[in-house]
Amino acid sequence: MKKIMKKIYLDNNATTKVDTMALEAMLPFFSEQFGNPSSIHSFGDKVGAQLKVARRRVADLIGALHDSEIIFTSCATESTTTAIYSALKVNATKKEIITTAVEHPATLEICEELAREGYKIHWLKVDNKGRLDLDEYKASLSENVALVSIMWANNETGTLFPVEEMAELAHQHGALFHCDGVQAIGKIPVDVQDTKIDMLSFSGHKMHAPKGIGALYVRRGVRYRPLLRGGHQERGRRAGTENSASIVAFGVAAEQAELHLITMSERVAVLRDKLEKGILEKVNHAFATGNPENRVPNTSNIAFEYVEGEGILMLLNEVGIAASSGSACTSGSLEPSHVMQAMNIPYTAAHGTIRFSLSRYTTERDIDRVIDVIPGIIERLRTFSPYWKDGKPAAVDSFTPGFS
Amino acid sequence: MWDYSETVKDHFFNPRNAKAVEDANGIGDIGSISCGDALRLTLKVNEETDIIEDAGFQTFGCGSAIASSSALTELIIGKTVAEAEKVTNQQIVDYLGGLPPEKMHCSVMGQEALEAAIANYKGIELAEDDHEEGKLICRCFAVDEGKISRAVQKHALTTIDEVINYTKAGGACTSCHEKIERVIDDVMVSTAAKKSACSGHTGQVLPGSTEPQKATPKEATAPTQVESTLSQNVLAILTNLRPFLQADGGDVSLVSVTEHLITVSLSGACTGCMMTDITIGWLQDQISEKLGMAIPVVNQDPISYEPQELKELSHLAHAG
Repeated sequence: MKKIMKKIYLDNNATTKVDTMALEAMLPFFSEQFGNPSSIHSFGDKVGAQLKVARRRVADLIGALHDSEIIFTSCATESTTTAIYSALKVNATKKEIITTAVEHPATLEICEELAREGYKIHWLKVDNKGRLDLDEYKASLSENVALVSIMWANNETGTLFPVEEMAELAHQHGALFHCDGVQAIGKIPVDVQDTKIDMLSFSGHKMHAPKGIGALYVRRGVRYRPLLRGGHQERGRRAGTENSASIVAFGVAAEQAELHLITMSERVAVLRDKLEKGILEKVNHAFATGNPENRVPNTSNIAFEYVEGEGILMLLNEVGIAASSGSACTSGSLEPSHVMQAMNIPYTAAHGTIRFSLSRYTTERDIDRVIDVIPGIIERLRTFSPYWKDGKPAAVDSFTPGFS
Repeated sequence: MWDYSETVKDHFFNPRNAKAVEDANGIGDIGSISCGDALRLTLKVNEETDIIEDAGFQTFGCGSAIASSSALTELIIGKTVAEAEKVTNQQIVDYLGGLPPEKMHCSVMGQEALEAAIANYKGIELAEDDHEEGKLICRCFAVDEGKISRAVQKHALTTIDEVINYTKAGGACTSCHEKIERVIDDVMVSTAAKKSACSGHTGQVLPGSTEPQKATPKEATAPTQVESTLSQNVLAILTNLRPFLQADGGDVSLVSVTEHLITVSLSGACTGCMMTDITIGWLQDQISEKLGMAIPVVNQDPISYEPQELKELSHLAHAG
């Protein structure tokens, strides 16, 4: 008989569990509150009123001045896609885009596609701690740049980029600034009205709202072109009947996230630091990736050298612990994540990176148990790694295989 | 998480023969740390009987790489070297009760490690495979851009199916098909450019691909790139259709391609009276069907071009 154990979820950068209050709030919108918010009758009327409340709550979370600056979408990928294509359409004569090498694929792959279509993409590099070089950024800015699109926090390492400063610089050159805020919103305080950020994408399911609901903030006065046309919803900026249940839940989750920002910085960050310190004290040839000095409070990404991430995740899963990996194998790829490659993490370590991402539901007991089991798992995998011998890395030239 | 079979999980959680065999007389090292999979297979072969008495593996890799290595050792222990040589990667897959398509390369790695270890036992030097050229395209079989590009060039491949047959790339999960199409397009465009440079051709027959296009800042380069790919595709289709017309004493050549209009030039028995319209209609059906989109085809009166040029252009689109 397998021992029954409490499952520990440390993969909150992938998705989060729905807040119970958010869930309760959304349920009536599947039954009695089924009306179309656009309808004139009472069925639609009430739903419309609730969407208004939700929109205000989401606007409050990011410090948007006007409710109308929030456009609800189906996910942050849609928000990002909308923002990028909109910026290019309103700046049709400008053919350059600035972004970074470590963006989420939602940005990365659109930019790759745009490059094939003739756009010039400036891919900003990062150093080995995942930091941007602002001089490189300044040098790539010009009047030809239509859009700068930069993530606020990196999804793998949690490293924060100075987007507020970068937005100022973009404006000096007449470029629009879009920020992928998916991994930052709900984790750090954001006051978008005090910045020069023109557009900000974020997602509900990273902050305990359900999947399938995202938002795009578009500052009042910023020229905009919709991606989805064919309806007056969202003031004609995103056609399609509103996902009212999820929007209402997003509103509640956003309100909760705002209340819990202090939990993130005061409690979650402390637990995250304890986890990281605990593991690094017990496991040799391991290190934290990204910039531990400047990152979101819930994320720790640790590289375990000479072992492969998928094996670690499978063994963790056996003891009820969920995390994720920047390793190639977990994504069906052979190359380690583009983020690890951009930071020049050696291959011996990049394949063994594990991301632990906490939430306000993570407990100290959870953290203690992870610290407890990790050393054994790493040791076990290292015993049959050809790069490891007698408790330490094998001599450099003792294993140099031919390519398969 | 991957949909691993129970056998795969069992061999990952309880690997068999995870060790370096003492006094091994056959060692096979394969894989690469950059790709995240590396394997050392050690064999103890009885030199009298040629029987593999013991085998051990050390693997850096994912769950299925470890399971494949473990399965491999189980498959070969007790076999003679001659028997073991016949073990294929498919046998490893079958032994494990199947692998997800994206993980097929793990079994390939096992089989190659075995090959290397046997060669090492026999004292044979294996020629090193060419590797790591350009971006990785097919993640399932670990095929990179360089290999695909060379195969496309060498065998004048024009379709995904042909690329799969020649290189395995794209044969499993299919997610790289768009990338493979791009490699085919790139090769065709560069070959066309080379050809035209050699013959002094100015791009009259194939606008968009044979003539370097300069994009003015106000004009996106998108349409020309789309059209150059398109004209390559149309040319390839047309080349395959030509024998049918030639059989009836006619012929066709491509004049120009845009997203909205394909202009061809019929000659020989195809020209004149109502035959032209029938032939053009037939061409339009064939081209639309193969392109997957309908573009009107019109006939232009025969233009003056050298037969040699047409021959060269048709050669590069030869479907093999």
